[in-house]
Amino acid sequence: MIPEIGQFALILALCVAIVQGSLPIYGAAVGNSALMSMAKPAARGQFLLVLIAFCCLGYAFAVKDFSVLYVAATSNSQLPLHYRLAAIWGAHEGSLLLWTFILTVWMFAVTLFSAHLPETMRARILGVMGLVSMGFLLFMLSVSNPFERLIPAAADGRDLNPLLQDPGMVMHPPMLYMGYVGFSVAFAFAIAALLGGNLDAAWARWSRPWTTVAWCFLTVGIALGSGWAYYELGWGGWWFWDPVENASFMPWLAGTALIHSLAVTDKRGGFKVWTVLLAIMAFSLSLLGTFLVRSGVLTSVHAFATDPKRGLFILAFLAVVIGGSLLLYAWRAPRVGLGGGFDLVSRESMLLANNVLLIAALGSVLLGTLYPLFLDALDLGKISVGPPYFDAVFAPLMTPALFLMGIGPLAQWKKANLPELAMRLRWAFGVSLVTALALPFVLGKWTPLLSLGLLLAIWIVTTAAINLRERLAHVDGSSLAGRLAAVPRSYWGMLLAHCGIAVFVVGVTMVKGFETEQDVRMNVGETATIGGYTFRFDGAQDIMGPNYTAARGTFHVSRDGRDATVMYPEKRRYPVQNQIMTEAAIDSGLLRDLYVSLGEPLEDGAWSVRLYYKPFVDWIWGGCLIMALGGVLAVSDRRYRLAWRREEPAVPAATQTAGRKVA
Amino acid sequence: MKPRHKRFALIGLGLITLALATMLVLNAFRSNLVFFFTPTQVANGEVPQGRSFRIGGMVEDGSLTREGDGLTVHFIVTDLAKRVPVTFKGILPDLFKEGKGAVAQGQLVADGTFIASEVLAKHDENYMPPEAADALAKAKASGAQSSSTLVVQPQ
Repeated sequence: MIPEIGQFALILALCVAIVQGSLPIYGAAVGNSALMSMAKPAARGQFLLVLIAFCCLGYAFAVKDFSVLYVAATSNSQLPLHYRLAAIWGAHEGSLLLWTFILTVWMFAVTLFSAHLPETMRARILGVMGLVSMGFLLFMLSVSNPFERLIPAAADGRDLNPLLQDPGMVMHPPMLYMGYVGFSVAFAFAIAALLGGNLDAAWARWSRPWTTVAWCFLTVGIALGSGWAYYELGWGGWWFWDPVENASFMPWLAGTALIHSLAVTDKRGGFKVWTVLLAIMAFSLSLLGTFLVRSGVLTSVHAFATDPKRGLFILAFLAVVIGGSLLLYAWRAPRVGLGGGFDLVSRESMLLANNVLLIAALGSVLLGTLYPLFLDALDLGKISVGPPYFDAVFAPLMTPALFLMGIGPLAQWKKANLPELAMRLRWAFGVSLVTALALPFVLGKWTPLLSLGLLLAIWIVTTAAINLRERLAHVDGSSLAGRLAAVPRSYWGMLLAHCGIAVFVVGVTMVKGFETEQDVRMNVGETATIGGYTFRFDGAQDIMGPNYTAARGTFHVSRDGRDATVMYPEKRRYPVQNQIMTEAAIDSGLLRDLYVSLGEPLEDGAWSVRLYYKPFVDWIWGGCLIMALGGVLAVSDRRYRLAWRREEPAVPAATQTAGRKVA
Repeated sequence: MKPRHKRFALIGLGLITLALATMLVLNAFRSNLVFFFTPTQVANGEVPQGRSFRIGGMVEDGSLTREGDGLTVHFIVTDLAKRVPVTFKGILPDLFKEGKGAVAQGQLVADGTFIASEVLAKHDENYMPPEAADALAKAKASGAQSSSTLVVQPQ
């Protein structure tokens, strides 16, 4: 009964979505405010209906209702409750439901924080989001229904893939989807602006906080996924350039470019056409990512084609959304007009360079991800594009981008003076250069890449410090604390996010430069030394978990004869799917991780063991979190809150001021 | 400079950056493509010399042997038509099993042994690595001995 209620709620939600996607947009076109005002209740109603459906599926998992095909396929009676609930998004159908649910959450958020928007704008935004959700609901109801019954019911479920039975699974997909789907708001803003034909600075200001929030979620989501892969796969790697990872990284690159381009549109009225294109791109890549990961096309292009209905629907949906919005763009964008002019050396030009580099990087990831799929689909042979390609491309593309990151925020809008910039930055450059050259020698190893990475990281931090000092000199306030408080939060956010990048770069550089790994055969009582730490293997015991059995190894780690820690890596066997899982033991620290994973049992209680010493690896995720924190800080800036409180008539006035400034 | 000239200079700079980036990308792309071959293709000598490539197929039952160091393993990858001996030093992924599909990346040496630098683990074991499934399907299609033990189960 409960699953049928869920199904019925989805059908109702589809009906509401159809109304929401058509009437308000039509109303905005003809100026009928009765039709326009339907958008808000429709969006809220849809949120409620999809919430009901989501809870119904959750309930089916909670009570182990194996008469629901999806529940039987992705869970098991022995699976703990929190993983049963996480199994909602364990496979294709449920992921789509989560996607749609999050879309309605964003819609609901738009209805809450859009009082300051003109009625037509709000109607169009919610209308566009309604259209997107209509596509997803149609897809679910027609070819991938999570509530499909299994009759007769299965005695027990097939279980969630053991790889997914992890706290990472509980957090990572919802975060990632919050990011993916969050770009739908920026997308809807862009489409609404194109429909209305009025792309002004106000439009950019409205969509900035939404884009930044989505970007924060996406950043955290990707970092969680990376951390999860690091400790769960047992390979000690944090990024594999796997197509699944690339699928989430591409929207991030587009979103990062979008945030910077929006800044120009907001402050200077420039880059309008480009910003709109980026908004379309970010959301299109989110859609592409969702489908790449969830349609099975990565598993096998041919498997994808064996279920032609699903494949056809996905391709048609992508074609309609991407093609439709690009058509609208081609039709309407020429009317938008260009923003104010700017000089060859100016903040605009540096942000433009940032955008060009990010998009070039995005293009290279897209090529490396999709080209093998195309070749395969056309039966032209099988190839793979490995990490060396991405490494070779990313370092040279990101180096100038990171270097400009130090200069850009200090450069003036419109026209900056290069010699003067050089004067202001000479200390930062000197300090960075000397430290970057000397530090690797102190650490005991010099390579060009090591120095380059450190140079960029220190450069970013030192230029941020100069930036802050100059800023403080310009704000009013007697005491230092007062002046610090007078600096706007969006500015703090920018600095913090940039420093997050620096922390990230330090992490990557140090791990690449100094990590050591060792695959060894260890007898009981034998020791191995890596990175100054001595590991003594004290044998492995059999233990029982809730739904697995495991061999647990004991390693006593010491340094300079003093006990440092004891580590317990496991080799688990999950009987339902008869799958073996390596559960690495990690001793985390600010400056280094120790990482032990069990290989295979050998004779006489010996094991093959993999040991890693990973300096600064936690800085990689720490950097991502700092970036996201910077984003949160930027969103909490007063200027956005003021915009929310402001009454509707005030908005056109703001637009005029912005317009004058540009002119 | 007139504004028009400035704009041209900017566009020119942008184009040069893009051209450079494209060149870099395509160059890196070409030199890092890893091609995939089936054991039959390996036996027919269609594989590149001195360049890394991937082979895939099924790990033959009972072919896995381990050397005294506990780390070096030998096994045979087959598409049920032809067999390729593989040597790998390191820890095999969890999903590696005899009688299951596997993909290895490495080079072929003169005596016909494939020295693997990497044996691949996929995120998910519900399916056979697509390349491996494909190799088996091809060999089967070309009239080689068929097998009923293999279940290719794409999600």
